[in-house]
Amino acid sequence: MPFIPHTEDDVREMLQVIGAPSIEALFDEIPSNLRVHSLPEVPPGLNELEVMQLMAARARQDGRPLCFIGAGAYEHHIPAAVWSTVTRGEFYSAYTPYQAEASQGTLQTIYEYQSMMASLTGMEVANASLYDGATAVAEAALMAVRANRRSKSARIVLPRTLHPHYRAVTLATAGNQGLKFEDLPYERASGQTSLAALEAYGGQDFTALVIAQPNFFGVLEDVDSLTDFAHAHGALVIAVVNPTSLALLKPPGEWGHHGANIVVGEGQPLGCPLASGGPYFGFMTTRMEHVRQMPGRVVGRTVDLEGRSGFSLTLQAREQHIRRAKATSNICTNQGLLMMAGTVYLALLGAEGLERVAALSMSRTEELVRALGEIPGVHRAFAGAGFHESVLALDRPVAPLLAALDARGIQGGLDLHEYYPELGPALLVCATETKTAADIETYARALSEVLHAARAA
Amino acid sequence: MSEIPAELRFTRSHEWVRQLPDGSSEIGISDHAQRALGDLVFVELPEVGRSLSVGEACAVVESVKAASDVYAPIAGTVVAINDQLRQTPELINREPYAGGWLLRLRPEVPGEGSGLLSASDYRVFEAQS
Repeated sequence: MPFIPHTEDDVREMLQVIGAPSIEALFDEIPSNLRVHSLPEVPPGLNELEVMQLMAARARQDGRPLCFIGAGAYEHHIPAAVWSTVTRGEFYSAYTPYQAEASQGTLQTIYEYQSMMASLTGMEVANASLYDGATAVAEAALMAVRANRRSKSARIVLPRTLHPHYRAVTLATAGNQGLKFEDLPYERASGQTSLAALEAYGGQDFTALVIAQPNFFGVLEDVDSLTDFAHAHGALVIAVVNPTSLALLKPPGEWGHHGANIVVGEGQPLGCPLASGGPYFGFMTTRMEHVRQMPGRVVGRTVDLEGRSGFSLTLQAREQHIRRAKATSNICTNQGLLMMAGTVYLALLGAEGLERVAALSMSRTEELVRALGEIPGVHRAFAGAGFHESVLALDRPVAPLLAALDARGIQGGLDLHEYYPELGPALLVCATETKTAADIETYARALSEVLHAARAA
Repeated sequence: MSEIPAELRFTRSHEWVRQLPDGSSEIGISDHAQRALGDLVFVELPEVGRSLSVGEACAVVESVKAASDVYAPIAGTVVAINDQLRQTPELINREPYAGGWLLRLRPEVPGEGSGLLSASDYRVFEAQS
């Protein structure tokens, strides 16, 4: 698909037709005091050679650290076939082509992706993906308010165990659209969302309960009880899940008696490399009864005039090119390339492969937590069962320890101080199938030495 | 030429109102409106018990290419909705003035509807629009 820019002649001609003196004049209706007239912080452009030199120098700074950070982005092995498939000319594009007459391959891949995500989450329908896990939660909250017509309160209960970045993005995206977000605390001993605190909502109108599984601490929530409580009180359930974990855990479609209503999450663990926070992709699945409130693009399977099977976008009346201001979202595209990687990754691994990744990640994390827990001054912060992450309580501030580990080429985890100061010194660690027994031993020895040095100082 | 039953009253946004013997008012969209929208595939209806003011968006009719709000022609409380439309929205295309009705309202003020058009006025309006 070629990119054909407008020539100066094209621009002049178009301006003449509409009677505007310049492109600048098209922005006249924006008050001058709201406009940025210059961008002094943006340096002048570089040529291709200069860009390559700059990026090569930056890439050398990255090094090859031994990474034990999870916290929403996970280092998994990505089979070489994933990106060699995705970067084929037919697929490799910053733009997702949706035109049915020209893009059957892309549309079929999206359809396969939707089928896989619906199956993985135990739901009936998926969209073609969203920007990332955080915006997917915000979209799910807005969707729940539209879908739950029994509730008039637009109150969304957000557990504190949800990823803090997801909470922040959700508040920023949906907080000024008439939704009210309320915090749900966690149990200090287990690291699980407090059922007792949720019970305070008994008899009140709330629209939806968000449940993160596993939660940000890596702990497994009592999803059945949480789901049933929400449903018993007329609220919908928004599940926020790690897709890898679903190879082992019960799919949200089977939580409690009736299952979750909307399922969202971050798709990065499925074939997307860690890359300074993105680009990743968000996924969303739901039940057919809520499909008209779902945002995003949806590809359907159909037949053409001659009866041959084919694929095209469907249910478009939800979207802004048709429903304008009343569209289900003002984001009406998908994260095509990354979704494609996720699809190829899932197709290559299959159900059995994904289960092996999940089981290995879980056992590596158990080994890691056991090894680190033997170090004096380090112990597990929460008693609750987990998936592939765990919070460690330390006997001194975490930041200097992480800096010392970093000097040894080890990224030791995420310091939770900024997000959960009430925990005291706490470190969130993760090990996936990419970490060997030797890696875990290297980390344990390094942490022991770093702690020893810190005590001596 | 579209059908315009003489006993109904109409809005400029193409809803019709039928006075029922029990004092309630039945609401739907006109033959002209269903033709303009094309094949209907989905209808979103309000909850029974909801109170509506004049001109408030109270339902959505969706065709393969467009979605359109339906506005309350009179103020009142929703007393019934046409559940058949959930499974068979095409009833609106087939019988816009009979099986394709959308909802029934208990008017706030009995017999209200000062801003509504008679069938003959609507025919003139429709011809001009």
